[in-house]
Amino acid sequence: MTPLTDRTAIVGIGQTAFGKGLEDSELSLACQAVSMALDDCGIAPSEVDGLASFTMEPNREVEIARSVGLGDITWFSQVGYGGGAGCGVVTQAAMAVATGQAQVVVAWRARKRASKASRPWANVAQRIEDNGMWSRPWGLLRPVDEISILMRRYMHEFGATRDHLANVALAFRKHANQNPNATMYERTLTREQYMDARWISEPLCLFDNCLETDGALAAVIVSAERAKDLPQVPAYIHAGAQGIPPQHNTMTNYFNDDPLMGPSWAAAKQLWKFSDFSPADVKVAQLYDAFSPLIPLSLEGYGFCGRGEGAAFTEDGALEWPDGRLPTNTAGGGMSEAYVHGFNLVLEGVRQIRGTSPCQVADADVSLVTSGEGVPTSALLLRK
Amino acid sequence: MSDFLLPVDDDPLTQPFWEGCARGELRMQRFTESGRYYWPPRPMDPETRSLDYEWVPMSGRGTVWSVTIPHPPLLPAYSEVAPYNVVIVELDEDPRLRMVGNVVEAADAPLNSVDPHSVQIGERVHVVFCPVDDMFLPRWVRV
Repeated sequence: MTPLTDRTAIVGIGQTAFGKGLEDSELSLACQAVSMALDDCGIAPSEVDGLASFTMEPNREVEIARSVGLGDITWFSQVGYGGGAGCGVVTQAAMAVATGQAQVVVAWRARKRASKASRPWANVAQRIEDNGMWSRPWGLLRPVDEISILMRRYMHEFGATRDHLANVALAFRKHANQNPNATMYERTLTREQYMDARWISEPLCLFDNCLETDGALAAVIVSAERAKDLPQVPAYIHAGAQGIPPQHNTMTNYFNDDPLMGPSWAAAKQLWKFSDFSPADVKVAQLYDAFSPLIPLSLEGYGFCGRGEGAAFTEDGALEWPDGRLPTNTAGGGMSEAYVHGFNLVLEGVRQIRGTSPCQVADADVSLVTSGEGVPTSALLLRK
Repeated sequence: MSDFLLPVDDDPLTQPFWEGCARGELRMQRFTESGRYYWPPRPMDPETRSLDYEWVPMSGRGTVWSVTIPHPPLLPAYSEVAPYNVVIVELDEDPRLRMVGNVVEAADAPLNSVDPHSVQIGERVHVVFCPVDDMFLPRWVRV
């Protein structure tokens, strides 16, 4: 038991439609998601006293608060490193509630693909000042290139193949085909289509990449005591962790002793240390999937298999609902539901605890959610 | 000016590296007290917390650790030469010194001068210095 264990819960969730070229502004989308999350749990906007989001979130706290009609905000926080932030945002919200710094925290993420902030790699300032100076001049430009070069090494060391990556893409697409809210609800994907798809950065093809999505999501975090009085089944925050391992370099993590062991390993060590559960107890997982290689890397980091065994883990439909040994990204994930920096994974983790997932896992009493592997990251363990 | 991306070259921490490249010398930062090399450069030795370091010439030899082949959409200057190879090279002096680069035919050859599909993990390479605008970028030729 730690001061955080089961002390708080996610009690309200809200999300807008997902799409491309949505008419509403990012601010409007954020306000709608926050408003729906509050309605979901029956909490008045005036009761909200804490706000948490990503440093990459385009909407500021004051704008959300002014539009939604929030009261005195006495605690607010942002977590950095893009897709690594999501579970950290919720974990920090839980810490704020557990320590009494806030009573009702709303965590949110809103994003439009056309927004400039969504494509930092397309910045054409010619002189690079950040860590990208050691990779971008040589044409390692986009996040997909940075992950692809790691995956090629992984394939070389562990005998992984494109078939393993297809296992990931096809499983998540199957789940999205069950989820009417998913961008890819009506679009099936076959192994043949996967193998014939155009390259983005070899060995990664189009279907190894996440979607680009407009949309917003929000979650409401309160104390466990308060959660008991609210209408929805609480998703108790059993454990939450963030992680930056020694000598880590975000995205271009090529400079430490073992580049194939990313931040997941550090977050996982902390998560399991503060948990009553082990990986074997996890009934369903939402693993951050900006790119398919992050799934084998995360399976290893979070202890579902050993180092180098993550690709083989995906065999025999292991990630697929309902019969796989670890149904993963059961609403379709970033690759087939929506890519909103992984915050949709948090909401699906909650739905599994509530029993309302489009691919509901029977007896899903322990639900893992992770944020971006390859960057400073975070994870959440939710329980019934 | 080309449209290829370049690093800032006026940061005192990294300037000696780029000066070395301009002179045809691949240098690595070595901390005096621990004798350890680190890449990318940093102000403090994570082992000893010493601030004393020097820039030491390397042999310029290494091994391809991994490779990827980007395809468009890319920034325009890179799209024009895509598909091309991007490699990570481990230096002979310490395999933890992994540098992002490209395998090319020669110092003045374009990014796509080598068939990108021919580049293999484990290949032995040697550094060359390619003029881009007012700088020299380290790239690699096959030994």
